[in-house]
Amino acid sequence: MTEEIIISGFGGQGVLSMGKILAYAGIMEDKHVSWMPAYGPEQRGGTANVTVIVSDEVVSSPIVSAYDTAIVLNQPSLEKFEPQVKPGGTIIYDGHSIIQPPKRDDINVYRIDAMEEAARTGNSKVFNMLVLGGFLKVRPIATVEDVVKGLHKALPERHHKLIPMNEEAIRRGMQIIQKMN
Amino acid sequence: MLTKEQLIVPENRIYGKPTLMNETPMHYCPGCSHGVVHKLVAEIIEEMGMEEDTIAICPVGCAVFAYRYVDVDWIEASHGRAPACASAIKRLWPNKLVFTYQGDGDMACIGTGETIHALNRGENIAMIFINNAIYGMTGGQMAPTTLMGMKTATCPYGRQADLHGYPLHITDLAVNLEGTCYVTRQAVNNVANIRKAKKAIRQAFENSLNKKGTSLVEIVSTCASGWKMTPEQANQWMVDNMFPYYPLGDLKNTVVKE
Amino acid sequence: MDNGQKDLVLLKGNEVIAKAAIRYGYDGFFGYPITPQSEVLETLAVDKPWETTGMVVLQAESELASINMLYGAGCTGKLVFTSSSSPGIALMQEGISYMAGNELPGVIVSVGRGGPGLGTIQPGQADYYQAVYGGGNGDYHTIVLAPNSVQEMSDCMGKAAELTFKWRMPVIVLSDGMLGQMMETVELPPYRPRRTEEEIGKLCPWATNGIGLKNRKYNFMSTLELDPAVMEERNQKMAAKYRQVEAEEVDYELYRVDDDTEYLIVAYGISSRISMKAIDLLQETGIKIGMLRPKTLWPFPNKIISQLSERIKSILCVEQCEGQMINDVRLATEGQATVFHSGRSGGMVSSPMEVVEDFKSMARERMSNNWPKGYWMK
Repeated sequence: MTEEIIISGFGGQGVLSMGKILAYAGIMEDKHVSWMPAYGPEQRGGTANVTVIVSDEVVSSPIVSAYDTAIVLNQPSLEKFEPQVKPGGTIIYDGHSIIQPPKRDDINVYRIDAMEEAARTGNSKVFNMLVLGGFLKVRPIATVEDVVKGLHKALPERHHKLIPMNEEAIRRGMQIIQKMN
Repeated sequence: MLTKEQLIVPENRIYGKPTLMNETPMHYCPGCSHGVVHKLVAEIIEEMGMEEDTIAICPVGCAVFAYRYVDVDWIEASHGRAPACASAIKRLWPNKLVFTYQGDGDMACIGTGETIHALNRGENIAMIFINNAIYGMTGGQMAPTTLMGMKTATCPYGRQADLHGYPLHITDLAVNLEGTCYVTRQAVNNVANIRKAKKAIRQAFENSLNKKGTSLVEIVSTCASGWKMTPEQANQWMVDNMFPYYPLGDLKNTVVKE
Repeated sequence: MDNGQKDLVLLKGNEVIAKAAIRYGYDGFFGYPITPQSEVLETLAVDKPWETTGMVVLQAESELASINMLYGAGCTGKLVFTSSSSPGIALMQEGISYMAGNELPGVIVSVGRGGPGLGTIQPGQADYYQAVYGGGNGDYHTIVLAPNSVQEMSDCMGKAAELTFKWRMPVIVLSDGMLGQMMETVELPPYRPRRTEEEIGKLCPWATNGIGLKNRKYNFMSTLELDPAVMEERNQKMAAKYRQVEAEEVDYELYRVDDDTEYLIVAYGISSRISMKAIDLLQETGIKIGMLRPKTLWPFPNKIISQLSERIKSILCVEQCEGQMINDVRLATEGQATVFHSGRSGGMVSSPMEVVEDFKSMARERMSNNWPKGYWMK
């Protein structure tokens, strides 16, 4: 099993940390992982993306030409990465952030209204965990239990009290993701 | 009459070369201040019993060969970088006496950045600054501290503000930096001044050991060759021209004597 | 973490440089922030090793000061390192020459980005010449290690610490922005105590730290030698040492190379990772291609390249620049193979598919049987 994932959106949406938690979840499953951010001077509000590879094999190249899954959280990211999803692959987009949904019919298109859900519950900080939950629903590369273990590893001790809230968001994300084609 | 052998006996001895100074003939020109300052440094290290706990850093410039004359461990830094070199060493060897010995070109021109930042960080080092207002080693070119109107090989018609800018008062700058604990300007042109200079260097060395911050001891010096004078003329020229511009005395001393 | 028996953590390459240095018993770090390696100093600042191992950490005023801090520390026999990126390493060249000239230990981590000049802050491998041939003056070499994973970033800090004292010469760990910024699992080394002053006294009798001065002649560090005959002697002594390093310290790795291998990729660092994927893709289509990855760039694995060149007639040199290591590869083939270039530059990084495409054009050239000896192309 090798899952090559791109997560892309605005800085501040939790793109990099979502990737990190996913990578940690992979480690919990005894998988090899790599996490490669596009870095730059941009901070909050700029573009951010990260390539995460989770594999049974040693990861060779941390950058790839095509992805198994693209998680796109703003319009420019969708336009950039939709063409790079492998045929038969998966694209997940946030319903609120994307105006022009994906058009390809040779890939699995999923929509998750995570932004709306986060706004509804009044906790915008769990946005990325809702999306992560959606991803795990359609690409079950790690169990929720392992993701929670990963959260323990990824978050500093002082934030561990927030883990139940994040776990809840992951489970909620699994419920609200919808297949669009 | 007493013979030479009868006369030269330990009980008659009133002055001696410090044992840390070796027999290597000095390359300095007659009348140069470097030799006197070297001797003071050797005497003080010996008096403090710090031979095995001294790390000395010499510059590029006339004192580039300082390591040849005083028997302690020496490092010759690249041009201007002695303060950076000394900063690292003192932090890694906090109980050692660490000092730099630099000229005006090294300290106040090519190495100004390293000088200011070492002083400002309050590194527990002593810095001895030989200011003779000229580049001696390369043959008498303009220094950052060359006086206005003073002639050198690269300002042959005299230093002019519009062409060359003004002399840099790096010692005065050091006073305003929070990291410095002791800033003083001395000379070694007569016995009284040599004694004062020795006291100043000793205090700077003690400050390094006691971790009081950075000490800067400027020695206003002669360069008879560079100034194209006899040693005697050079001493007089220094008194008449350098001292009014670079007045001697303590500029800052925050260390309370215990 | 419970993951088999190993204590595996997920870290960025730059973070690993810092954490591994603390654990390998480094005495100090001196450096100046520059993208994409600032996490090295940031990690050290967070981990506060001065409170645990006693390691000194100082943010210098410039790279110029950093390298001269390294120089001073090396003179006294301490194990210290700095890290920087391309333009910062350029500023350090004078100091590296002084360190080499005085035969001093010191580790320099170079996290490359696109150049020249200020360039970009994106990953690059355009500093091969800078690291391997050096920009400092005079007859000198530095050992250059080339990690290709976050784990190897850690391992190289240990290896560099060993080699820099063994041979008394600066060691450069040549990485790039991608290895610095990416996270992978890493097993950090166990804590190794820093050397005591007594141990330094015994191990480094040449050092200028005053230890034992009363029972020896004073030590001094100077690169100035006005007598050219004496300077030549010093150079000849260093050259003899360099020949010994070349004989003993070459390190490389082969990937999918066997007796049937028809094509060879030579790549180091991040390019070797990208090439592994490209090789896997090509092997799936039945092409017999493997890779030689130099783990030391100086000394360079000339011998094995020469041996492989006897039977492999075309080599693709993959590097993220317009072609630097390719010249060393060509020299190493001794004219027995033709070497082609593949790679992006200026901060762009090849994808595995781009390497595959470059391979295909190389193969087409080979089929056409139409290339002059020593010809190389993009």
